[in-house]
Amino acid sequence: MPRNKNIKKVLVIGSGPIIIGQAAEFDYAGTQACVELKKEGLEVILVNSNPATIMTDKNMADKIYIEPLTVKTVKKIIEKEKPDSILPNLGGQTGLNIAMELEEKGFLKENKVTLLGTSAEGIKNAEDRQAFKDMMESINEPCVASKVVNNVEDAVSFSREIGLPVIVRPAYTLGGTGGGIAYTEEQLRDISSNGLHLSRVCQVLIEKCISGWKEIEYEVIRDSKGNCITVCNMENINPVGVHTGDSIVVAPSQTLADREYQMLRTSAIKIISALKIEGGCNVQFALNPNSFEYAVIEVNPRVSRSSALASKATGYPIAKVATKIAIGYTLDEIKNAVTGKTYACFEPVLDYVVVKVPKWPFNKFLTASRELGTQMKATGEVMAIAPTLEAGLMKAIRSLEENVDSLILPKFSSYTDEQIRNELKNVNNETLWVVAENLRRGMSTQQIHEATTIDTFFISKINNLVKLEEELKTNNLSIDLLKKAKVYGYTDRVISQLSKISLEEVKKLRKENGIIAAFKMVDTCAAEFDAETPYYYSSYDDENETEENGDRKKVVVLGSGPIRIGQGIEFDYCSVHSVWSLKKKGYETIIVNNNPETVSTDFDIADKLYFEPLTSEDVENIIDVEKPYGAIVQFGGQTAIKLTRALKEMGVKILGTQEEDMDRAEDRELFDEALNNCGILRPKGSTVYTVEEAKKVANALGYPVLVRPSYVLGGQGMAIAYDDSEITEFINEINKTVQEHPILVDKYMLGKELEVDAICDGEDILIPGIMEHLERAGIHSGDSISVYPTQNISEEHQKKIIEYTEKIAKELNVIGVLNIQFIICEGEVYIIEVNPRSSRTVPYISKVTNLPVIDIATRVILGEKLKNIGYGTGIYRRSEYIAIKMPVFSFEKIKNADTSLGPEMKSTGEVLGVSKSFSDAIVKAFIASGINIPKTGNVLITVRDKDKEEMLPLAKKLFNKGFNIYATKGTATLLKNNGIEVKVVEKIWEGAESIPNLLQLGKINFIINTPTRGKESNRDGFKIRRLAAESKIPCFTSIDTANALYDAIEDTKTEEELEVVDITEV
Amino acid sequence: MKGYLVLENGEIFEGERIGYEKDTCLEVVFNTSMAGYLKVFTDPSYSSQGVVMTYPLIGNYGVIPEDMESKKVWVSAVFIHELAETASNFRKVKDLEEYLIENEVPGLKNVNTRKLTKILRNNGTMRGKITSSIENKAEIIKEIKEYKPTNLVGMVSTKRSYVTGEGDIKVSLLDFGCKENIIRELLKRNCTVYVYPQDTPKDKILECNPDGIVLSNGPGDPEDCKIGIETVKELYNGNIPILGICLGHQLMGLATGAKTAKLKYGHRGPNHPVKDLKTDKVYITSQNHGYYIKEDSIDSKKAEISHINLNDGTVEGLRYKDKDIFTVQFHPEACPGPEDTSYIFDEFLSLISTI
Repeated sequence: MPRNKNIKKVLVIGSGPIIIGQAAEFDYAGTQACVELKKEGLEVILVNSNPATIMTDKNMADKIYIEPLTVKTVKKIIEKEKPDSILPNLGGQTGLNIAMELEEKGFLKENKVTLLGTSAEGIKNAEDRQAFKDMMESINEPCVASKVVNNVEDAVSFSREIGLPVIVRPAYTLGGTGGGIAYTEEQLRDISSNGLHLSRVCQVLIEKCISGWKEIEYEVIRDSKGNCITVCNMENINPVGVHTGDSIVVAPSQTLADREYQMLRTSAIKIISALKIEGGCNVQFALNPNSFEYAVIEVNPRVSRSSALASKATGYPIAKVATKIAIGYTLDEIKNAVTGKTYACFEPVLDYVVVKVPKWPFNKFLTASRELGTQMKATGEVMAIAPTLEAGLMKAIRSLEENVDSLILPKFSSYTDEQIRNELKNVNNETLWVVAENLRRGMSTQQIHEATTIDTFFISKINNLVKLEEELKTNNLSIDLLKKAKVYGYTDRVISQLSKISLEEVKKLRKENGIIAAFKMVDTCAAEFDAETPYYYSSYDDENETEENGDRKKVVVLGSGPIRIGQGIEFDYCSVHSVWSLKKKGYETIIVNNNPETVSTDFDIADKLYFEPLTSEDVENIIDVEKPYGAIVQFGGQTAIKLTRALKEMGVKILGTQEEDMDRAEDRELFDEALNNCGILRPKGSTVYTVEEAKKVANALGYPVLVRPSYVLGGQGMAIAYDDSEITEFINEINKTVQEHPILVDKYMLGKELEVDAICDGEDILIPGIMEHLERAGIHSGDSISVYPTQNISEEHQKKIIEYTEKIAKELNVIGVLNIQFIICEGEVYIIEVNPRSSRTVPYISKVTNLPVIDIATRVILGEKLKNIGYGTGIYRRSEYIAIKMPVFSFEKIKNADTSLGPEMKSTGEVLGVSKSFSDAIVKAFIASGINIPKTGNVLITVRDKDKEEMLPLAKKLFNKGFNIYATKGTATLLKNNGIEVKVVEKIWEGAESIPNLLQLGKINFIINTPTRGKESNRDGFKIRRLAAESKIPCFTSIDTANALYDAIEDTKTEEELEVVDITEV
Repeated sequence: MKGYLVLENGEIFEGERIGYEKDTCLEVVFNTSMAGYLKVFTDPSYSSQGVVMTYPLIGNYGVIPEDMESKKVWVSAVFIHELAETASNFRKVKDLEEYLIENEVPGLKNVNTRKLTKILRNNGTMRGKITSSIENKAEIIKEIKEYKPTNLVGMVSTKRSYVTGEGDIKVSLLDFGCKENIIRELLKRNCTVYVYPQDTPKDKILECNPDGIVLSNGPGDPEDCKIGIETVKELYNGNIPILGICLGHQLMGLATGAKTAKLKYGHRGPNHPVKDLKTDKVYITSQNHGYYIKEDSIDSKKAEISHINLNDGTVEGLRYKDKDIFTVQFHPEACPGPEDTSYIFDEFLSLISTI
């Protein structure tokens, strides 16, 4: 069927902020959807609260609303824009839930809006636990024994029927939020009570636990005619029991014979046909490893993280095809974009292996539990493509950037055999290394299989890598051995370390013997057809397949690797924009990245895509083949910056700010010198290596002091120390990983924090705008609420900021972008940090100022001058709209992570509130970040002594507004003395008025809790914060944030009354 | 031990020998199935061919007797990228290499299978030789060029007729190199299957009073099957429902005056989209053929095209006019590959039951 001509104006719903379980994959899907719709000549209306995304870019849609993703707001947009249809299945669970609610309420019908793609009934049958189960029963597809319950008692009685352990899965939540495996009745009560609370419809599924079965997924596409294909299947190395987002996944399946493969494929097709899915869909199966018994675990009637992975793994653009299906096309009418010859109605075949490994945030949350289960904890993932599974694993491991590039984890060498054997029982982020260490100690693959239930096939692959380590250690490095090590994916560095031959010699030996990387094409068809996709991966087979595309100058843009806290989707935004800008200027663009979730790794973006780890060796292989004119590193976050020196040593011209100047911003002494040259102040401080040095410096400066390692992003390892014991704790923690650079110890200044992104061409600068943080210094800029334009900064200070920006940018010879953090303390402007690279705020500031920052920066990098580009110099005109960026956290997903904010970044994503009024903007930002703004209700206040005075005015305001104040004893006394009525809650852990009870019963609307010092997890404050996170009760750990909430409370408008803003018109 | 594949154009691929140690000439083809190597290796249609598996990891689940398409390995040699050292599957009885040795089938591993596939794609299917020595290259190439496999169907077809199943519907199957799963699919549908050697005369085939006749798949150039074509002509003139699969499809075409030709590099894999023109639906099919029926040679008075290949537009199925006969080029019995077109057997059975 050709396109449905009745469709003219489509509303696309995005997925909102990046949180665990819903990340960049939906920017990738959403961007593809918008591009396709526009290509078809349709008018596209977009709503997404996430300003860091590419999909919310001006050229992506006709109207763009960076507004809260709530039913109320989407209704307003529909009423204003009057779209004729809505595309719900590309914006993750968030988008789908909103569309479903609008449909269920009859709103879509009333407004004559058609739901594109799968029908509401189909979505309901897939999403609603009971409906799904009934449907599966009706088509004879086996589900796991389970029952939907609405209360804890029913959960318990059903578990008695089917026996423990059971899995608890809340309905309609993301990434399995609030789920878990219960082995005892007590655990079952805990988990199900929490799950019921989190579920939108207050239901959880209690399910027989089938841990240990194989977990297999199929990505399926179906069109309105009923044509069905499976794009690929995937097998989890971790058996059932670990969330698929936390599993190491391979594609295609490795241990299934054709019979099992087809049995599950047929089942998947039967299921999506029964659900009448129109678009992309994901079916997860559990397969008994000892029989043909299987069970359908779950169906996602939308594109998902897995579909992004499948798209990148096969080259088949699922989101693009799903979009075309939604507007009426059938699979046999859609061309295969890769071959350009065949149709989308076929199934990709691979002639390589794909390995996905999750990226977890545990280095950010030292107190957090690293155990993996049904609750996803990873913030991102890496993917590797290789002809062998061994090489796939090795490539993926080094893509994680965890300072580990083999299966050797040094800390395990000190474990006894028994200790390391016991580690096998814990399923966590280190399982792969634990398995390897046990193999090294002589355990057999069978023994490890028995302990872990991981398939022996995978264990034997790990064992191949372990055996090779031994060979490298004990044998002379023969050519054959070297070749084998390369085929297995070892880097020269690892080979050098194991064989005790210098890195240079390994490299020389390799090159002399022609053992060099050859790049193969990802072509969807295992070379059956001629393909033109410029999508490559490295192998050590011969025959390089990359082609020369004429004589344009080539520029390499390095991507930013997996999504992690501190380095997120923003950097992908920058890389992609830089590529677009370079293309416009006539350059041939080459992107290197390893993140399957992102837009940058769509083969349509750059002229060539290399899906490779971002290490010097892997990048050098590409450089050797491509011989580019230059490379741009300033847009790919710390990942790309780290490779600058290596690139220079390869003889690659660094375009933009030079390495030595970047160094001057990071190296303490050089930076001080640069600031001195400009006459700019910075907080006093010094560099240290040891605890003793640090104590000395701290005492000389006077506590509190800020300690941090250099060359990190997201404030990794950064903390405020109040005394010697904390210095000891923090410095020791930093020194757990070997520091190439000294640690910085600075005087901590409690002042107003401001931030500037600027572009410099060596002569002039252009500042899109100055951003003001609502929280005072001490909270990482990524975790602060940021306001553009500034609201409380004097003309004089603004001038000074502009002046300083220009001085330091020129002093550091910045060509391109830079980001500067300022503090205003006691009337004086200080610079605390200069980052001569793109920053987290670039997409946000670009959108709200309407200034294409990356495009301008790229042009400047290529040699153009700001004066000639047409946006002027100095500070750009001030917007009449106020845009407030609010961080979003995923604390509820990470058990035992401390939620208190400090100098180390903890947020996973961000949202934006845009309005002409400050208080409206802040209301929007809070709503968008998922915080309900109570007009009245109950507040729990428990603050440390030094914050008590400051908290008082806020408490008074809340009290006068009619809020009931609950407080712990110390806080309560002060409040009472100041005429505020207060209910005292004991810091005890039981009783009706105990804090846990109040929180769990949902009696508290929000909490103000400022943390006492230290990072220990046994304090009461920590427990309160965890309880709050798990019960989804907002908990503000800074008085400044709480004050911002009060501004929102004061705003008189309801969500319905807030005006929605199309940012293309700002 | 090193081994080589020498192609008729002089190109040489190096690998490590696996399986039985034997040098032999063969036709080199590639198959894109990611799972199902056993079913490929035991498919009689691959007789005289050396198969390049494009998926790089082969042998992962070892050898599973019930997953075979015939009693033995029919491929002349296997060319693979990597042979799994550890095979894992609950039904596994042995490792693949052991099985290749038992079947006296040689092979090479560590072959750059992608490069080889691209050569076959660009140059078309080629003959070649698997050998341990390339010292006398000119001699080898001469030998390759002289290599012409003959009487493949005679070689792979059953030598004696036999009966299997206890169903109510009687089906005669003319075995040109039949895959087991065609028989299994019929047995599943309440059939008794009478299997006959490829050169069985018409009268003998009809002796059991069959309700329907199946013309099986098989190896090689359909035009070489002179006897088969004659027998099929006679069957065409009868009035018993006939289903032709792959070679059976081609033979029915030749028997009714159509022409066949060789595809440049064949269709061999699990992912070929085929459109059923009657329902306008597309199915993903399993395929294994090097020849096809030329569309312009089909007498439109006798047959109409029922299925086409969505990739290259070639004929994938024919429905014969005024006859209860239809034939398909793809493999509705799958194995390896998708089971989407098993409805072909249902249609055949319903055709039988309506008569």
